[in-house]
Amino acid sequence: FTPLRGGLSGGLSQPAGWQSLLSFTILFLAWLAGFSARLFAVIRFESIIHEFDPWFNYRATHHLTTNGFYEFLNWFDERAWYPLGRIVGGTVYPGLMVTAGLIHYVLNLLHVTVHIRDVCVFLAPVFSGLTSISTFLLTKELWNQGAGLMAACFIAIVPGYISRSVAGSFDNEGIAIFALQFTYYLWVKSVKTGSVFWSIGCCLSYFYMVSAWGGYVFIINLIPLHVFVLLLMQRFSKRVYIAYSTFYIIGLVLSMQIPFVGFQPIRTSEHMAAAGVFVLLQVYAFLQYLKDRLTKQEFQTLFFLGVSLAAGAVFLSVIYLTYTGRSSYAKIHIPIIASVSEHQPTTWVSFFFDLHILVCTFPAGLWFCIKNINDERVFVALYAISAVYFAGVMVRLMLTLTPVVCMLSAVAFSSVFEHYLGDDMKRQSPPLEDSSDEDDRKNAVTMLMLMLLMMFAVHCTWVTSNAYSSPSVVLASYNNDGSRNILDDFREAYYWLRQNTDEHARVMSWWDYGYQIAGMANRTTLVDNNTWNNSHIALVGKAMSSNETAAYDIMRSLDVDYVLIIFGGVIGYSGDDINKFLWMVRISPSVASQPQESDYFTPQGEFRVDKAGSPTLLNCLMYKMSYYRFGEMQLDFRTPPGFDRTRNAEIGNKDIKLKHLEEAFTSEHWLVRIYKVKKPENRDRVEHKLRGADTTKQKYTSKKVSGGAEASSEGVFIQERTQLDGT
Amino acid sequence: MSNSVISVISRFLEEYTTTTPNKLKVVDAYLLYILLTGALQFLYCLLVGTFPFNSFLSGFISCVGAFILGVCLRIQINPQNKGDFLSISPERAFADFLFAHTVLHLVVMNFIG
Repeated sequence: FTPLRGGLSGGLSQPAGWQSLLSFTILFLAWLAGFSARLFAVIRFESIIHEFDPWFNYRATHHLTTNGFYEFLNWFDERAWYPLGRIVGGTVYPGLMVTAGLIHYVLNLLHVTVHIRDVCVFLAPVFSGLTSISTFLLTKELWNQGAGLMAACFIAIVPGYISRSVAGSFDNEGIAIFALQFTYYLWVKSVKTGSVFWSIGCCLSYFYMVSAWGGYVFIINLIPLHVFVLLLMQRFSKRVYIAYSTFYIIGLVLSMQIPFVGFQPIRTSEHMAAAGVFVLLQVYAFLQYLKDRLTKQEFQTLFFLGVSLAAGAVFLSVIYLTYTGRSSYAKIHIPIIASVSEHQPTTWVSFFFDLHILVCTFPAGLWFCIKNINDERVFVALYAISAVYFAGVMVRLMLTLTPVVCMLSAVAFSSVFEHYLGDDMKRQSPPLEDSSDEDDRKNAVTMLMLMLLMMFAVHCTWVTSNAYSSPSVVLASYNNDGSRNILDDFREAYYWLRQNTDEHARVMSWWDYGYQIAGMANRTTLVDNNTWNNSHIALVGKAMSSNETAAYDIMRSLDVDYVLIIFGGVIGYSGDDINKFLWMVRISPSVASQPQESDYFTPQGEFRVDKAGSPTLLNCLMYKMSYYRFGEMQLDFRTPPGFDRTRNAEIGNKDIKLKHLEEAFTSEHWLVRIYKVKKPENRDRVEHKLRGADTTKQKYTSKKVSGGAEASSEGVFIQERTQLDGT
Repeated sequence: MSNSVISVISRFLEEYTTTTPNKLKVVDAYLLYILLTGALQFLYCLLVGTFPFNSFLSGFISCVGAFILGVCLRIQINPQNKGDFLSISPERAFADFLFAHTVLHLVVMNFIG
């Protein structure tokens, strides 16, 4: 007998074991790298929820953990959109909150007492690791395990995905990209095996995706497109039929369980492609079945009958759909949607910034896939093409492009490395004369590729650290000696509101800050980031842009107690309300008698806040609130008092008097200013005019006729009259 | 033309009854039953109206889903298709069928309202 020499004699024993150990290690390191790269904000500042939308998600999750699942599903929030309220249960995608709530529940059950805020802050980094794993699985199905590992490493650190999943960014995309990749992996697996088990797995993953993000529409259009293209390419097979039919019908009924989605999957035009392909597939499969059974002649006779029936059915359905279907895509001509910066078209700088060399190698990967086509590579080619189109339309959709770019670049890199690092023994007899040249070339190419990958890693870390790790709630600036200045004005103001105002006070502000006010200050707001009611927002915009008296009427009608504005003139913060002011004017309705947008500009068409600014602007409520008492403030001995650092102009109207509002709070750097709306006076005010004596002689002639000397007596009355100012 | 259609159909039915194995005929009978149930539900909806729309949808989709799953089962246990499904034995096909039906009925019961 020969003792088994475990070791490296002539090759590794149990190579499969080593391979899986290596895979496991690499995936674990990818998870760790992805998690760590997302922690910049937590280390520099603290564990806090960032930006605007995550504050609402956090508040909803908090409500879920304190009140239970059914309370959350049926929650009617009367502290938002006063006086309308918001039906949260039916207008939110619950997946994110339920995931965070479940993790919190399980951890607390095991007596690991974590606060829900920490679960929310760290949820996205943890799920980025899961995304890496599902990308690995998907790429492994498409190409091979090496490409899968590269794809996992790419997606762990690529900035396009990190931007929406840093620690603290508690938003739908953090879990939705994981659900997307996992659904696609299960779909590719079910097309490859034709097993109903994998299709049901795909349906359940699709259900999770529908609960997580509105981007599920991408899945329900890409998968039917894939099936349709397979039909066109004559690649129809029974596996595709089983996979898609099962996925469609069970996915349909699962997706309708989410209250927000409701009956949309059978009503709106975005879902009609899936239904159309489903019907087409049934017809096609049935025709294939008949063709196998009948002779050509018989098939042809039935065919005519069938085609005429089908044509009739299609005609009727088209009539029905055009009558009832409507498309609800982001219409660029609606001002409120056009004003969001994320909805602007993408510049090429964003592509390079978010993807670095991956955007250059991704077409190569796509070419490799198309050259060696099979059913699943058709899918990834369609995914790539549609993702590139959408990413070119809106900056926000760069996120959907990122996973497919990672996968295809990994395919490209993997092919290159396989070709140039391939084992010599596997090759068929390399020519000996050129071996040194070959070796040099191989080494050069390998070194070049490795250098590119290292630069990619450096770029990703730099971008994450500088561009995508800002909490937005806390601002930081750096002095000349490198020390840091923290501007915590937002939280200072919100906590002032929380501690110094009545619990049922109503705060009016522009819709950007609604969620933060509700989350941190815990006060009722009028409009918030959900922007579901444009006319209510328009009313707030009208109040901000009218003069003080007209605005006071609107505010009284809405029961407003406090008004909150952001003013960046002292520190040069450019995201303040005066810079957003034109959007307020554009969104508010303009009737002929009210100020139009052009009234706020100078006659030359400029938007100026100094003496040359238009009088409508200089008298509107927003201007007055922003610059109240600012005229007394001299920031620098070089500039005059009242110099606005953001607009670089000395303000025009320095002597501002507010009649119906009074200043309640201004934060340390004047960033947030809160005004209290005064209640109406008990009696009408009297103008301070000098009281005058009205000496009108009033003749009184006595009608008494009596004999004697006092026949006609005159009475002179002197009356004092005080003048009343009529309102 | 109609003559030839009828003759084609009758020949197809005759060929079907002689060449299809019994197992598949049982599945086909089940599929026919599901089809009739679904058609009946749809007819009811047309006559009486869609008022509890979620109930109608859940019942109708339950029929369509059961039909699709039955067709998938039939495809996977058909001995002629063995080449396409090398890794799926008829027992595995039936197990998948049961699992899919469990999921379908749980969802339908939640949706029926």
